[in-house]
Amino acid sequence: MNKTGGTIVEPTIFELSSPGRLGVRMPASDVPETALPQKNFLRSELPLPELAEVDVVRHYMRLSKFNYSVDGGFYPLGSCTMKYNPKINEDTCRYPGFLYTHPLQPIETVQGNLALVYELQEWLKEISGFAGITLQPAAGAHGEFAGVLIMHAYHKSRNDTKRTKMLIPDAAHGTNPASAGLLGMSVVTIPSDARGNVDLKALEAACDDTVVGMMLTNPNTLGMFDENIEKVVKLVHDCGGLMYGDGANLNALLGIVRPGDLGFDVMHFNLHKTFSVPHGGGGPGSGPVGVSAQLADFLPAPLVGVVEEAEDDVPPLYGFVTPKHTIGRMKAFHGHFGGGLVRAYTYIAMHGPDGLKDISQYAVLNANYLQARLRDTYKIPYDRICMHEFVAEGQFEGSDVRALDIAKRLMDYNFHPPTNYFPLIVHEALMIEPTETENKDTLDRFADALIKIAEEAKSQPDLLHNAPSTTEFGRMDEVKAARELVLCCWLPENYETMK
Amino acid sequence: MNTPSNLMYAKSDEWFDPSNGAVGITDYAQNQLSDIVFVEILVDEGEEVTAGKPIASVESVKASAEIYAPASGKVGAINKGIIEKPEILNSDPFGDGWMIKIEGGAQGDLMDSAAYEKHCEERAH
Repeated sequence: MNKTGGTIVEPTIFELSSPGRLGVRMPASDVPETALPQKNFLRSELPLPELAEVDVVRHYMRLSKFNYSVDGGFYPLGSCTMKYNPKINEDTCRYPGFLYTHPLQPIETVQGNLALVYELQEWLKEISGFAGITLQPAAGAHGEFAGVLIMHAYHKSRNDTKRTKMLIPDAAHGTNPASAGLLGMSVVTIPSDARGNVDLKALEAACDDTVVGMMLTNPNTLGMFDENIEKVVKLVHDCGGLMYGDGANLNALLGIVRPGDLGFDVMHFNLHKTFSVPHGGGGPGSGPVGVSAQLADFLPAPLVGVVEEAEDDVPPLYGFVTPKHTIGRMKAFHGHFGGGLVRAYTYIAMHGPDGLKDISQYAVLNANYLQARLRDTYKIPYDRICMHEFVAEGQFEGSDVRALDIAKRLMDYNFHPPTNYFPLIVHEALMIEPTETENKDTLDRFADALIKIAEEAKSQPDLLHNAPSTTEFGRMDEVKAARELVLCCWLPENYETMK
Repeated sequence: MNTPSNLMYAKSDEWFDPSNGAVGITDYAQNQLSDIVFVEILVDEGEEVTAGKPIASVESVKASAEIYAPASGKVGAINKGIIEKPEILNSDPFGDGWMIKIEGGAQGDLMDSAAYEKHCEERAH
């Protein structure tokens, strides 16, 4: 239902269906007819919508207009690095040589693709300071899981089997404990101190010979670079643990600090955050993993390597290599090649070393500018120079306005809301990450809107409670959506027997 | 905020009723979580639980949280009603919103209601 009182703005595609309408005409069969496979493999009825092509196109065009995208406006979704993705990426990933190849082709016929993968591995090594890279994992959390499998394999190879504990700060992304939990490890939460760093006393107390390692995002989800990072790494290494870096916030560090140099042993990259692969619609992501020299033999297989060295005028032959103690495959084939790797390669090539450093410096500058403009209006619980993002409190003394109301009201000002209610250690958190791609005018308009909303919270709180009021749809009933999981508009005839 | 004085409280916001072994989450916890939409009990009837170990997982529209056993002992009963209707944890956290009953064990490190109220106030800011 929409805000104007009950009219559905856009019917579902099933409701638009009319029996007999056709979008596609199948060509006449050019193969002999053959008997159908066993009957119970086939459904007798499949209620697909029936529409003409023009109706399908218009349906999705209308729906897309309800959507908000980074191509349409500012998208300061903290921890997600919703930077503008350059359109040159869309050109390169559609080059016929990339587009019309198949992962099972003989390597001699796809040398260009393999060279790109190889070079991207080398570039990510240079950017991060790691000795080995796999580009296989499909997304960030998949990369994390690969990283934790590698840590597990390393300890196992040393017969160090009593290590079952993963140390994870209370500011961590939820995927960190989930990745450790998938491997049956127990998670020990390490609190943050008053400056937003890892609490060193608590960490020291948790470090013993049962520690697999620590999973740390640096800068963390408060946007704070851990001021004691070298001590943190040393404490974990001294008890025999490994340091896992969650690379979600790498956009703050390019060309400035290399996680490998800080002593991290494993880290996943989010090509779809840092290196401008589009995301936010559920994928495809890309989560390469970098490891230190002592872990390189455990990387997933296969990696792309040089299988025949270059000679005079003959370029090297690229092919697949298998690390000695590999944890195996993380994915069929070689990662999200066109969708992720070609775009990230393009982005890195386009910027070069100095350009990458600029990216991080502007990302940090933009976040600090916004933080400075909002500091007098919104409480900043960890108030020091931030990195690429910062966290404000979305609540005011003596007001029943909450972070969710502020986030929804921002939609009326044509901005995508920031991440809210995360990290969990901040009350009514609003997590704001502007990225480097926004100019000062946009940042000012956003800060002005948030300052105006703070005034509205005092003078007209219902404007916030009822927001958004200018969008196609009003406030969604998130509770009902979560409690009543009815996603299906029709039930198959044999639904009862399927259950 | 409601904190019945006949109950004991864990730092991690569970309550424990020494008279019948019932366990649940506090009014403070349900208010912080906001609308609870999913509850999973991680232990079975008859299972031994240890104070401080996870017994349930609760999800709201805002966050998910692990619920830890406030006492050690044997799980005597599980409240299946809250699985069907998780919103009971919001509307009646100390009554129909009880989660499990723990029989014949030792309490973990728990506080009385006055100490727990202070603990909640300290976290307000």
